[in-house]
Amino acid sequence: MIVRIMGEGQVEIGDGHFPELNKLDDELLAELEGGDEAGFRRTLGALLDAVRRLGEPLPDDALEPSELILPAPDATLDEVRQMLGDDGLIPG
Amino acid sequence: MSGVMKRMGMIFRAKANKALDRAEDPRETLDYSYQKQLELLQKVRRGVADVATSRKRLELQLNQLQTQSSKLEDQGRKALALGREDLAREALSRRASLQQQVGDLQVQHETLQGEEEKLTLAAQRLQAKVDAFRTRKETIKATYTAAQAQTRIAESFSGISEEMSDVGLAIQRAEDKTAQLQARAGAIDELLASGALDDQSGLGSKDDIQAELDRLSGGTDVELELQRMKAELAGGSSAPQQAIEGGAPGAEQQQQQSPHRFDKQ
Repeated sequence: MIVRIMGEGQVEIGDGHFPELNKLDDELLAELEGGDEAGFRRTLGALLDAVRRLGEPLPDDALEPSELILPAPDATLDEVRQMLGDDGLIPG
Repeated sequence: MSGVMKRMGMIFRAKANKALDRAEDPRETLDYSYQKQLELLQKVRRGVADVATSRKRLELQLNQLQTQSSKLEDQGRKALALGREDLAREALSRRASLQQQVGDLQVQHETLQGEEEKLTLAAQRLQAKVDAFRTRKETIKATYTAAQAQTRIAESFSGISEEMSDVGLAIQRAEDKTAQLQARAGAIDELLASGALDDQSGLGSKDDIQAELDRLSGGTDVELELQRMKAELAGGSSAPQQAIEGGAPGAEQQQQQSPHRFDKQ
């Protein structure tokens, strides 16, 4: 599956790795919804590290739609919450 | 998958595929509809076949009745020829009842035939409709697939534009770094010029001048030493003083003495 880290590009990750990533991802969502900024930062970092570690980077000129998208490493809890809000990533 | 990754991906795609209704795949709907139409067509065809079978059975019955009827007619004629009018009457009355049945069956046969024709026509029309639908369905599916591919590509491009902003950031960073280096280089030049920093390269102009000055003063010392030794050899006590005063302006007496004097006057 192709995963995009916003601001970093895309990586391809084998399906076998998803249980591990899902755990972190669910944790991240819980922290996001609970407003746990410190936890959010820690888990986002761990999730991005895991994606970078497990994924094979795609060349920059690859034209592949991303199945999953992750916020940029420096995205704040508020920013991500806004992205997931009703307006979505691209307002309007 | 229900976490942030999935939701961001879904929102991203939903925006990118805004033109398409992702709640259901129209291609599946079209295929389902086509399937339903085929089933209906099949039913109509089966109906036509059933009616045709009934019609054939009626025709067989009619044939049998007519054979029986003509047989009774023959029997009646024979009975009359043999002078058995009672027997002839019996045969004819049975034939009359058979004729009645034949009449009824013929009405039924006509009705069935009309029904069959109508159903055949309906089946033909339905067949044409289903064929047209299949063509249309394939066209719509192809268009949809193309549109989907386009939005997918559009999505990829929006991803690429995001990457482009990364490139922009990288350029910005490079520019910042260059400016920083330039500022630092400027500051170092100033510090070196002011003498606050030693130039480690040894190529600075100050050192060249210093070296020249050292060489000159060194030369003067040698010259002075030479004059002093000459004076000692000559043995005069006031000679060194004189010699110093005369020799100090330089080893190159012609250059130093005469032009300088003239300049000063």
